[in-house]
Amino acid sequence: MSARRVVWIPHAVLLAGLGLVLFPIYVAFVASSLTLRDILDTPMTLVPGPEIFANYRNALSAGTISTSGQPVAAMLLNSLVMALAIAIGKIAISLPSAYAVVFFRFPLRRVCFWAIFVTLMLPVEVRIIPTYKIVADLGLIDRYAGLTLPLVASATATLLFRQFFLTIPDELVEAAKIDGAGPWRFFVDTVVPLSRTNIAALFVILFIYGWNQYLWPLLVTNSPTMTTIVIGIRQMIGNGDAQTAWHLVMATALLAMLPPIAVVLAMQRWFVAGLVESEK
Amino acid sequence: MERRVVFTGWVFPALLLMPQLAVTFVFFFWPAVQAILQSVQRQDAFGLSTRFVGFENFAAILADPAYLASVEVTLVFSLAVALLALAPGLLFAVMADKVVRGAALYKTVLLLPYAVAPAIAGVLWQFLFNSSVGIIAVALRRAGIDWNYVLNGRQALLLVILAAAWKQISYNFLFFLAGLQAIPKALLEASAIDGASTRRRFWTIVFPLLAPTSFFLLVVNIVYAFFDTFGIIHNVTQGGPANATEILVYKVWYDGVVGLDLGSSAAQSVILMAIVIALTAIQFRFIERRVHYA
Repeated sequence: MSARRVVWIPHAVLLAGLGLVLFPIYVAFVASSLTLRDILDTPMTLVPGPEIFANYRNALSAGTISTSGQPVAAMLLNSLVMALAIAIGKIAISLPSAYAVVFFRFPLRRVCFWAIFVTLMLPVEVRIIPTYKIVADLGLIDRYAGLTLPLVASATATLLFRQFFLTIPDELVEAAKIDGAGPWRFFVDTVVPLSRTNIAALFVILFIYGWNQYLWPLLVTNSPTMTTIVIGIRQMIGNGDAQTAWHLVMATALLAMLPPIAVVLAMQRWFVAGLVESEK
Repeated sequence: MERRVVFTGWVFPALLLMPQLAVTFVFFFWPAVQAILQSVQRQDAFGLSTRFVGFENFAAILADPAYLASVEVTLVFSLAVALLALAPGLLFAVMADKVVRGAALYKTVLLLPYAVAPAIAGVLWQFLFNSSVGIIAVALRRAGIDWNYVLNGRQALLLVILAAAWKQISYNFLFFLAGLQAIPKALLEASAIDGASTRRRFWTIVFPLLAPTSFFLLVVNIVYAFFDTFGIIHNVTQGGPANATEILVYKVWYDGVVGLDLGSSAAQSVILMAIVIALTAIQFRFIERRVHYA
């Protein structure tokens, strides 16, 4: 009897979990396929309607011109540039720095490592106004550089690569030395190819981190042409005066979720292992 | 841990480190120092002169009922978010560890909220609970509950807690599942042979072995609720109604960027910095212990 119970309880609980996760997304999807009038006719139906293509086309091309002056397609592009710049930038500066602290002995090595390490304790949220001032002084407001550079340095990627580099066997280094390979050759020919899995996992984590940024883009972009989609959606939700175009807001919300979800699903295998590993 | 075989020289490693150190100094250390300096200064109304005021800004903040109210909101918010994200995460992980059929599907779907931006999660939940069109709000009203989070502070706080917790369930689920899968199956089998019930096995073997993961996740969840939920608050409630959802990060931003009170905002930033440092320190002390015992 107890064996039978064990069989169905986990499935019931997990199905409830799927419901909890999917319900808000499903309701948004249904709303994005209806006309605004259908949504206002409460309670809203839970059956998708026929307006799906019209709504997405409308949102992508012109839907928000009236409120934020920016089509969603342009916001998506800004988000994509920001997420890619942050993900690639972080990996590009962390790989060499981790390589330097692991494979060399030089003066101040520990100081350098700690300098990088303590940035874990300085998230952008606790230094917003001074960082804003520096970016303004450098003339980087409303530039992609200003949007991404302050988020590019972080200890997470460096720590993960360091941990992995420590597991590379000494024999490989010795073999490279005997073959006459210098540190640069060893880095390019051996260390980077060995790190492929870690790079893939970090790319997913950092792409999502970059795509989902909110406070920093809100501060550092004033021009509507620089708005990212996560920020832009806020400007589409009215505050009382005008009726919010919920069908377009929900289409935009789904468009904002699609790229990070696609990245996670496509690279799920590396990502799950990498995420759990990176926090150890 | 150190390597035995290394390369020599210091010019090349210095070059390798340069980009990261440069960005770190310009965008991390310099602003952090500025924040600390600003926190002991006060500017006049026109921003023309600045004078040193010592700990006056801190004293003013700590005596300000609005700040203390924000501390209280933050504590309630972050503990509720952590609890509401940890408990389902653990429950789903325990169940997912038991099933074979459909396991991949469950894992994939439970992973999805991780990819959703907090601000977007806020929009989704805002739509469900919107007092005029939200389907849950409509259902609540039919059940006789007077739901209007725009006017009711408690309801607004509940809404942002739900949105913030929903997004974090995935993360907790992944870590709990990894923790469960690391528990030696022989241990569980031995105890099953000794006649321990499923429940007893969970509380006497699984739960204690998961304690390090749980503690780690508790800290991570609190840090998440403190800092990463700004987008939810800004999107859904703007700290209102009547500051009922004004968490500390939102207040730093509001007082500094909207209110232009730089001294106070900087002092608040410094307090937040101290909180992150404390949380990170706790976490690392703890992780070191875990290395020794597990």
